[in-house]
Amino acid sequence: MTIEVKNLVKKFGSFKALDGVDLKVDDGELLALLGPSGSGKTTLLRIIAGLDWPDSGEVSFNGEDALAQGARERHVGFVFQHYALFRHMSVFENVAFGLRVQPRAVRKDEATIRARVKELLDLVQLDWLADRYPSQLSGGQRQRIALARALAIEPRILLLDEPFGALDAKVRKELRKWLRSLHHEINVTSIFVTHDQEEALEVANRVVVMDKGRIEQIGSPDDVYETPATAFVHGFIGESIELPVHVEGDVVRLGDRPLALKAEGLASGASKLFVRRHDMLVGPPGSGAFEGAVQHVRNFGPVQRAEVALSGGQTIEIDAPRDRELRAGDTVGLAPRRFRIFAG
Amino acid sequence: MSAIALRRRTLPGFGLTMGLTLTWLSVIILIPLAGLFLKSLELSPEQFWAILSSRRTLNALRVSFGLAFAAACVNLVMGSIIVWALVRYRFPGRRIFDAIVDVPFALPTAVAGVALSSLFAEKGWLGAPLAALGIKVAFTPVGIFVAMIFIGIPFVVRTVQPVLQDLDPEIEEAAGSLGASRWQTIVRVILPSLAPALLTGLALAFARAVGEYGSIIFIAGNLPNVSEIAPLLIVIRLSEFRYADATAIAVVMLVVSFVIIFAVNRLQRWAQDRIPMH
Amino acid sequence: MTMQIADNVSLSSPDAKSRAHAAAARNNLRTEPRAVRLVIITLAIAFLSVFVVLPLVVVFAQALSKGILAYFAALAEPEALAAIKLTLVVAAISVSLNLVFGLVAAWAVAKFEFPGKTFLITLIDLPFSVSPVISGLVFVLLFGAQGYFGGWLRDHDIQILFAVPGIALATTFVTFPFVARALIPLMQEQGTQEEEAATSLGASGLQTFFRVTLPNIKWGVLYGVLLCNARAMGEFGAVSVVSGHIRGETNTMPLLVEILYNEYQFVAAFAIASLLAMLALITLIAKTILERHLDEGQDVNDH
Repeated sequence: MTIEVKNLVKKFGSFKALDGVDLKVDDGELLALLGPSGSGKTTLLRIIAGLDWPDSGEVSFNGEDALAQGARERHVGFVFQHYALFRHMSVFENVAFGLRVQPRAVRKDEATIRARVKELLDLVQLDWLADRYPSQLSGGQRQRIALARALAIEPRILLLDEPFGALDAKVRKELRKWLRSLHHEINVTSIFVTHDQEEALEVANRVVVMDKGRIEQIGSPDDVYETPATAFVHGFIGESIELPVHVEGDVVRLGDRPLALKAEGLASGASKLFVRRHDMLVGPPGSGAFEGAVQHVRNFGPVQRAEVALSGGQTIEIDAPRDRELRAGDTVGLAPRRFRIFAG
Repeated sequence: MSAIALRRRTLPGFGLTMGLTLTWLSVIILIPLAGLFLKSLELSPEQFWAILSSRRTLNALRVSFGLAFAAACVNLVMGSIIVWALVRYRFPGRRIFDAIVDVPFALPTAVAGVALSSLFAEKGWLGAPLAALGIKVAFTPVGIFVAMIFIGIPFVVRTVQPVLQDLDPEIEEAAGSLGASRWQTIVRVILPSLAPALLTGLALAFARAVGEYGSIIFIAGNLPNVSEIAPLLIVIRLSEFRYADATAIAVVMLVVSFVIIFAVNRLQRWAQDRIPMH
Repeated sequence: MTMQIADNVSLSSPDAKSRAHAAAARNNLRTEPRAVRLVIITLAIAFLSVFVVLPLVVVFAQALSKGILAYFAALAEPEALAAIKLTLVVAAISVSLNLVFGLVAAWAVAKFEFPGKTFLITLIDLPFSVSPVISGLVFVLLFGAQGYFGGWLRDHDIQILFAVPGIALATTFVTFPFVARALIPLMQEQGTQEEEAATSLGASGLQTFFRVTLPNIKWGVLYGVLLCNARAMGEFGAVSVVSGHIRGETNTMPLLVEILYNEYQFVAAFAIASLLAMLALITLIAKTILERHLDEGQDVNDH
C-alpha cells in the first residue's frame, strides 16, 4: 500500500499544526516521523488514520481518496501512545475485538477468530497472557498487545503514535529491535511517530523530520544525519556545535575574525555554522580554523568531552578521542573535519 | 476533493445525540421555563409591581430570603466544623457520620418535614425540653429556620470537604516552620485556600433554602406575613387561580436563583484560575 | 529565652526525649490542642445527631408507636397501596426517560468539542436550582385550564394536569440532570482513545457504544439512576402542584404522607414516610458502595 499526502493543512484555533505537508510513502516502508513536540507529527499520523480531519489537502491510499472514508472503513491499524486498551476486556478479547465487530456477512466463526488471536499473541510472544486484563500488564506488554490488536484486522497500513514513549529505557531498546524484525516479518507499510532521534535512526528505513507543521527533510537515516538539509535538522539530529558566522563572498567570519574555511556557493549575510562535536579535530595551537582554551574535561567512555572557550568569546563542547589527553588550561587549535553553513 | 468529508468528526453520532439532547432539553426544561417568563410578560409593570409590593408577598419573600440567608450562615459555620472534624480527626463512627451528612439530600422533603415537625412540636422529643425553656420552634419562623438548616448542611460539607482533603499538607508545615501559630496558620493560610469553596457552599445552601417547600411547610405554621414562605404563597395563589400573582413571585425567585448559579460558576472559575490544578 | 529552654532540655534529658519532642512539634504543626479537638468533634457529632439522625429516628419511632400490626395495617390500606403503585410507575417513567437522555447528552458533551459546551452543561443543570414549586408551576401554566395548551388539550380530551402524565412530567423536570451529571465528568475523564481505537478497528457507532463505552461507565450509569430514582420517588413540591391530590388516583407516597399527617393519622403518615426513609437509607448505602467502584475504576485508569 502506498500513501500519498498532498498539501495538508490543519489548524487548531490559530495554531497551525500542519502547514502544507507533502509526503509519499512507498509500499512496505517503515517510516519514522521525527520532530519535537508540537511539530505536527502526531496530527499527520491521526489524519492518515482518519482520527482527525484536515482543513485542506489530500490523502490517498494506492491512489484512492482516503478522506472519503472514515476511520472505520480505512483498515488502518493504529497503535495509540497510551495503548487505549479496553480496560474491561481480557487481553484475548482486546485482540479479538476487531474481528468480532466485523459485519455479520464477513465475520469469521468463533474457532477461526480464536485461532487468529492465538496466532497474533504468538507473534507478539504473549500468548501466556491471554486471560489477563490490561491493568495487570507491564507497559511493554501492553504495547505489544496494542500492536497485536491493531494487526488483527489485517491492516493495509500500520500507524504507531510514539510507540515507545511511555516505556523505560531498557524495554524501549528491546522493543525497537523487535519492532524492526516484526516489520520485516509482516511487511506492512508502517509509519511511526517519535521525538527520539536515536529511535528513528535505528528503526526506520526512511526518516521524515518535521518542525512547526512543515517537513524539513525526508531521507534515509544516513542522509538526515550526514547531510542535514536545514539548520533545524542539523541542530535537532545528532549533537552539533552551532556558531553564528557572517559570510561575505567566500570568506566566513566569526565575529570579526576570518575563519580558514572554504565556503563556496554560499549566499552572503548572517549564517549559522554547524559542526558535529566529534568532527572537530584537535591539534596544536594555530593549526585549525579555531583556537581556544580548554576549560573543563570529562570522560565519556571512549571519548573525552571538552569545553573550549574560543578566542572569539564563544564556548563550545567537543568530543575528542582519548588517545591524546586534554587538560584544562591547554590551548588548542580546532579544525572541523566536516561542517555545514546555513543562511539565516 | 471530498469537501463533505473534510468536516467529519472521528467518532460517530454527534449530530444525532446533539440533536436529541437539544430537543429533549427544550421540551422538558426550556419551553416550560420560557412559558413562565412569557406569562409574566402579560403583566404590565404596574401590575407586576403591585403584586410584588403587596404586604403579604413582601413578607413571604422576606421570610424566605432572610431566613435562608441566616440558615446558610449557620450552615457555613457548622459545616466547616463538621468538615474539619471529618477530614482532620479520627474518632469512632467517623465514617458513619460522614455518610449521614448526605441524609438531607436523600430523604424526601415531605418525610423530613413531618419528622422535623414531630420532633420540634410542643410534645416532641426536642420540642418539650425547649418549651420548658420558653422556646417555641414548631409553627414559628424558628421552625422554618431549623428546616432550612437541615436541608442546607450537606451543600456546605460536600463542597468544602474535597478541597480541605486535597489541601497540600506542606503549606501548613511551611507556615508552621516560618513561625506562625496554629491559629495564624488556620486564619491566614487554610481559610483563604478554602474561601472559594466556603462561598460556593454558602451560595448553594442559600439557593436551596430559598426554594425549599416540602420540609418547611409542616413545621412553619404558615401564618401569613409571619411564617409563610414564598413557595407556599405561590401554591396558595395557584389554588386561588390567581396565576398572575403566582407567576410574578416565581419569576422573582427564578431570577435570583439564576443570579446565584451564575455567581457560583464565576466563583468556581475564579478559584480555578487562582489556585491552578496540578 | 528560647535558647535557654532548648539548653535545659538538652542538658536534662537524654536523646530519646528530645527526639520525642521534635516529633511532637512536627505533629503540632498540623493539628490542634487536644481540648480544641474534643470540642470540634463534639460539636460536629452533636449537630449531626440533632439535625440529621434524630429526624430519621423519629420517623421510625412514630411509625411503630402503635405496634408493628398497626404499622403493617396502615401500609395495607388501599390508598397507601395506590400511592406506592403510582410512585413506582412515575419513577419508572421519569428514570427511563432521563436515563436515555443522560446517555445521549453525555455522549454529545463528553466525546466531542463544540462551542457553547459550558453553557449547555449549565442548561442541563438548571432544574437543580429551580424551586420545586416553580417546577410544578411551569407545567400548570402550559397545560392548565388557562395555560398555553389548556384549550387545545380540553378540545382533544387529553388530561395532563391532575393525572399521571403531569406528575411524570414534573418529576422528569426535577430529576432531569441526575444521570447526565453523573456521566459527563466520568466520560470526559475517560477521554476518547478507547472509542477511537474501536472505530479504527472497524466497530460501528453502536458497537463502539455498547462494547466499549457502556462497560466503562456502567457504575456511573448505576450511580446516576440511583440518585435520579431516589429524587423521583421522593419529589414533593413539584408533584404537589400538578397532582390535584385526587385520593387513590393522583397521590404519590410523599403526597399521601402530607394528607395523612394533616388528618392527624400519624401512624399511617409515618408508616409511608418510613418506607421513603428506608429508600433514602438504601440509596445512601448503595451510593457509598458505588463510589468505591467508581474510585477503583479511576485507579485502573491511572496506569
